[in-house]
Amino acid sequence: MNILGIESSSLVASVALLSDDILTAEYTVNFKKTHSQTLLPMLDEIVTMTGVSLENVDAIAVSAGPGSFTGLRIGSATGKGLGLALKKPLISVPTIDAMAYEFYGCASIICPIMDARRNQVYTGIYDNRMGFSIVKESCAMDIRDLIEELNSMGERVFFSGDGIPAYKESIEEFMKVPFEFAPAHLSRQRAGAVAAYGARLFLQGKTVTAAEHAPDYLRKPQAEREREEALKGE
Amino acid sequence: MKKNNTEEDVYILAIESSCDETAAAVVKNGREILSNVISSQIDLHTLYGGVVPEIASRKHIEKINQVIESALLESGLTLENMDAIGVTYGPGLVGALLVGVAEAKAMAYAANKPLVGVHHIEGHVSANFIEHPDLEPPFMCLIVSGGHTHLVIVRDYGEFEILGRTRDDAAGEAFDKVARAVGLGYPGGPKVDRAAKEGNPHAIKFPRAKVDGNIYDFSFSGLKSAVLNHINHANMMGEEINVPDLLASFQNAVVDVLVSHTVDAAKEYGFKKVAIAGGVASNSALRKGMKEACEKNGIEFYYPSPIYCTDNAAMIGTAAYYEFINGARADWDLNAVPNLKLGER
Repeated sequence: MNILGIESSSLVASVALLSDDILTAEYTVNFKKTHSQTLLPMLDEIVTMTGVSLENVDAIAVSAGPGSFTGLRIGSATGKGLGLALKKPLISVPTIDAMAYEFYGCASIICPIMDARRNQVYTGIYDNRMGFSIVKESCAMDIRDLIEELNSMGERVFFSGDGIPAYKESIEEFMKVPFEFAPAHLSRQRAGAVAAYGARLFLQGKTVTAAEHAPDYLRKPQAEREREEALKGE
Repeated sequence: MKKNNTEEDVYILAIESSCDETAAAVVKNGREILSNVISSQIDLHTLYGGVVPEIASRKHIEKINQVIESALLESGLTLENMDAIGVTYGPGLVGALLVGVAEAKAMAYAANKPLVGVHHIEGHVSANFIEHPDLEPPFMCLIVSGGHTHLVIVRDYGEFEILGRTRDDAAGEAFDKVARAVGLGYPGGPKVDRAAKEGNPHAIKFPRAKVDGNIYDFSFSGLKSAVLNHINHANMMGEEINVPDLLASFQNAVVDVLVSHTVDAAKEYGFKKVAIAGGVASNSALRKGMKEACEKNGIEFYYPSPIYCTDNAAMIGTAAYYEFINGARADWDLNAVPNLKLGER
């Protein structure tokens, strides 16, 4: 089973090739440059380097959100274009799930946080002590509400993600249970995790056609929110 | 013209997503359209009185594969039959453009096909080649749409010289704003065109903007203000506005300037061929006015059918074909360029 992983939900651009239990290649860049310029050259690099033929890929796992709307669409359109041309299915991998999957078997509660601006984070809560299990599905929520929820669980928490630099002070001030921040190499999205979690979903039959795949933003466009507010007010 | 001057046919798959239409087409040898699929989002944006970029981008990603697959299916060909993939990379809404660009790059990469980046406005100009097999550069072209107003000399395929451009609003933008002011809603162009048919174009004297410096530049914000002032004044005085007269007079003022600039330029530069392109090129008054002025001056007048005036991928395929046979190839790092200039590569 060969899975191609694509991750571009945040500043990180990352592509990976997974063959059964082997992560053959992973190329990750966390740098301010448009994914549109980096993603395909990175894919080309790992394909050239490994000599793997894309024809042999069984499915394309795309980090499907939440995250930067534009970033998600670049990864999504890349996956859809590859899927269309190669006639391969896609796997829509929830971004936060893939981030949590990096801490398989970890003894703490896992809480990836992505900076969603306006005092919010994209997050989810995971208990991976017996493998991988989702306690709270990915969502957008206020950082203070999240902290309260984690405090009420009464367990040690492991944070990762680009929400840490954004909300470090609030976390340090308001967390009442023990917590840790992931070190640099574990604290950002990686296509390797998207491919590995994607492989798990693939084996469960959770694939979609390239045409069906679209990002799951977890947030409506601003104009739509404002319009709904205005209609409610009338 | 054929690839490598052999007898082989050249097939281009073209993708367009610069604004609110998701489009794909298959074009044979640059001028024969085998399929032209357009998925319009207009109804959705009408709710907001204009195109909402984030909503446009979301719709593009939901529809793009279906649109491309339909275009291939209708052409009776497969991706393997294509010689290249052409894609609009600017100008336009950056988030919208990025969907088409990322999709086209991934497809071209996976299918091992050359990729050609196309300028959206050059695509509009190229729309004229589709139905006029005899039309070859050089010629004078007026490009008028919701986002653009350019008067250009088309020197050769892909070679443009800009004579004039708008200093403020695009012509189509003025239509949208005036339509909104009289409660016609979005998109303004076709609605004003329809309503103006019932009105007297000489009922109200609106100003024809004079622009300092370049005589071929345009300005529509003064005209737009004059129309808004007329409406406000009438409202204040409690006078009823004759909307068809108002719109016909406004439209006449726009068309007057567009036609006189274009024909004056054609005469000054000695061109016997004039073409129009872009969404506003569908406007019936513009077509009529330009036709009459061209006939009077012994100029051949070319215009695309409405389906090729609106944003579409057939025109992108035509432009891509001439780029392709001239050897243009985009790299895998091709990016969307929202403010791409005409003639820029």
